[in-house]
Amino acid sequence: MGTVPSALKHCLSYQHLLKEQLWIAEPPAAAHPAQEPQASGLPEYIKIVEVGPRDGLQNEKVIVPTDTKIELINQLSKTGLPAIEVTSFVSSKWVPQMADHKEVMRGIERHPGVQYPVLTPNLQGFHSAIAAGATEVSVFGAASESFSKMNINCSIEESIERFEEVTKSARNMNIPVRGYVSCALGCPYEGNVVPDKVAEVSKRLYSMGCYEISLGDTIGVGTPGSMKKMLEAVMKEIPLSALAVHCHDTYGQALANILTAIQMGVAVVDSSVAGLGGCPYAKGATGNVATEDVIYMLNGLGINTGVNLCAVMEAGNFICTALNKKTNSKVAQASFSTGTTN
Amino acid sequence: MGTVPSALKHCLSYQHLLKEQLWIAEPPAAAHPAQEPQASGLPEYIKIVEVGPRDGLQNEKVIVPTDTKIELINQLSKTGLPAIEVTSFVSSKWVPQMADHKEVMRGIERHPGVQYPVLTPNLQGFHSAIAAGATEVSVFGAASESFSKMNINCSIEESIERFEEVTKSARNMNIPVRGYVSCALGCPYEGNVVPDKVAEVSKRLYSMGCYEISLGDTIGVGTPGSMKKMLEAVMKEIPLSALAVHCHDTYGQALANILTAIQGVNLCAVMEAGNFICTALNKKTNSKVAQASFSTGTTN
Repeated sequence: MGTVPSALKHCLSYQHLLKEQLWIAEPPAAAHPAQEPQASGLPEYIKIVEVGPRDGLQNEKVIVPTDTKIELINQLSKTGLPAIEVTSFVSSKWVPQMADHKEVMRGIERHPGVQYPVLTPNLQGFHSAIAAGATEVSVFGAASESFSKMNINCSIEESIERFEEVTKSARNMNIPVRGYVSCALGCPYEGNVVPDKVAEVSKRLYSMGCYEISLGDTIGVGTPGSMKKMLEAVMKEIPLSALAVHCHDTYGQALANILTAIQMGVAVVDSSVAGLGGCPYAKGATGNVATEDVIYMLNGLGINTGVNLCAVMEAGNFICTALNKKTNSKVAQASFSTGTTN
Repeated sequence: MGTVPSALKHCLSYQHLLKEQLWIAEPPAAAHPAQEPQASGLPEYIKIVEVGPRDGLQNEKVIVPTDTKIELINQLSKTGLPAIEVTSFVSSKWVPQMADHKEVMRGIERHPGVQYPVLTPNLQGFHSAIAAGATEVSVFGAASESFSKMNINCSIEESIERFEEVTKSARNMNIPVRGYVSCALGCPYEGNVVPDKVAEVSKRLYSMGCYEISLGDTIGVGTPGSMKKMLEAVMKEIPLSALAVHCHDTYGQALANILTAIQGVNLCAVMEAGNFICTALNKKTNSKVAQASFSTGTTN
């Protein structure tokens, strides 16, 4: 690398721009999981859960080789991200993109201070994950019966029973379990989803032992108003410190929805490098919100994440080149001299 | 149209979804320019100023024919948008995409209740605009000296003098003038822009008679924190009712910034107008709502 690449140059001037703006403190090197709000009412620290390697790649048309997945995760491990969702221990019949879950789990570098959760839809998947070296798992519920049936072939109640088996085994082994609630702001089959239903499913997951509940706007239809209403209902049942939001950007609303959530005190945000992962319910639409765009906003608000934005952009550039696709991150598009990865 | 197109189907179910959600009232047919905040603290009504035909097309690589511009504006006129920026009366040497400003101005349908502002950087442009039938004009200042010099070839002070000539003539003719302040949250040349500078330029424009000041995040670098800080400075000088925000989405921050700025338009019709112009430009829409709603993201 003889001359400074334009992306890095831009980074340097952007960092300069950021430092000058009075609202923005320079992100400290180490993460401080402080929960007290700033004078602005926002959390001082927000934990970013990177879902690109799992949720992202699972929803991309192109299946990437195992080595590429491992390299992506290794690059992400060096960015300061505190949690990276690695893979999913589901049958390769259902999710061929995650068929190499054992190899990926065993192949990645494990950085100290970084969590590497994996999806485990049932007890079989859980045991397979533990055997492959997993030290944290996630279970995925839904606030809509139709979505539960279409997505995981069982009712919400049946899925809860399966998850209880997982959390019981996990508790015996001191393995933390994270719970997701899909369709928190709308369902592709049922349309509207009642906030109390989201609260009810969240409570079931939390009561069975999930340490954190990630509320997913699965089809990205939510807006600040519906986000606020849903969170108000859920916060009656779950402590704020155990809540996360997983916003899809299908309708461009993700950052506004995330801002609304953090204004209410939510301090954990899921996102996907380069915005990997389209929406299976709206052809041609995007899905996950881009980690780079979230970090940009949080940096601008003076909120600490511990994450190096430039390093995430480089990892995003790597995976987009491998996928032969253009990044979905606007920050990355603006920062690299061309939007494409050719 | 035999079967319902998938975009419309999606619209119908989405509208249904919207109606069910308690936080979202159905947009009233007529605009209510009420300024009292709702219980949520948000305004009851927000005026959308559509800048696609001017700011949008001026910054697209492909130059569209005059007829296409006129058709786009006519489609937008039917959506309920209260203001549509039509064109720019600048020399075609500088802005070739807007060379047909007279033809466009004369060719569009004028819908009652819709404003059709045009850009007029100086007195010559102003008179040309009036001659072509314009009934509202806009002037574009900047909060950065470098940007002013690079963009309009003069200092901020010199530009203010030119605008004062425009607003003076406009006042004599009862023509409303809207003022823009570019680089409100950052400048591509200078980097940081001090909020007090934005407030100062805004105040000059407001004092000379601009009825509304649109604060532009020209390079989209702003975030909710910097938007808040800038607005706090500007609101010391300009009443809230005279303020607008013009947020660029270059870094994906626009909606979060707009939300911060705001703590009634028929969505389906706007999407169809957007689809029309993207087909004409042979490009993919930048609107995520449109991408999600039409069955393919491309326009081929």
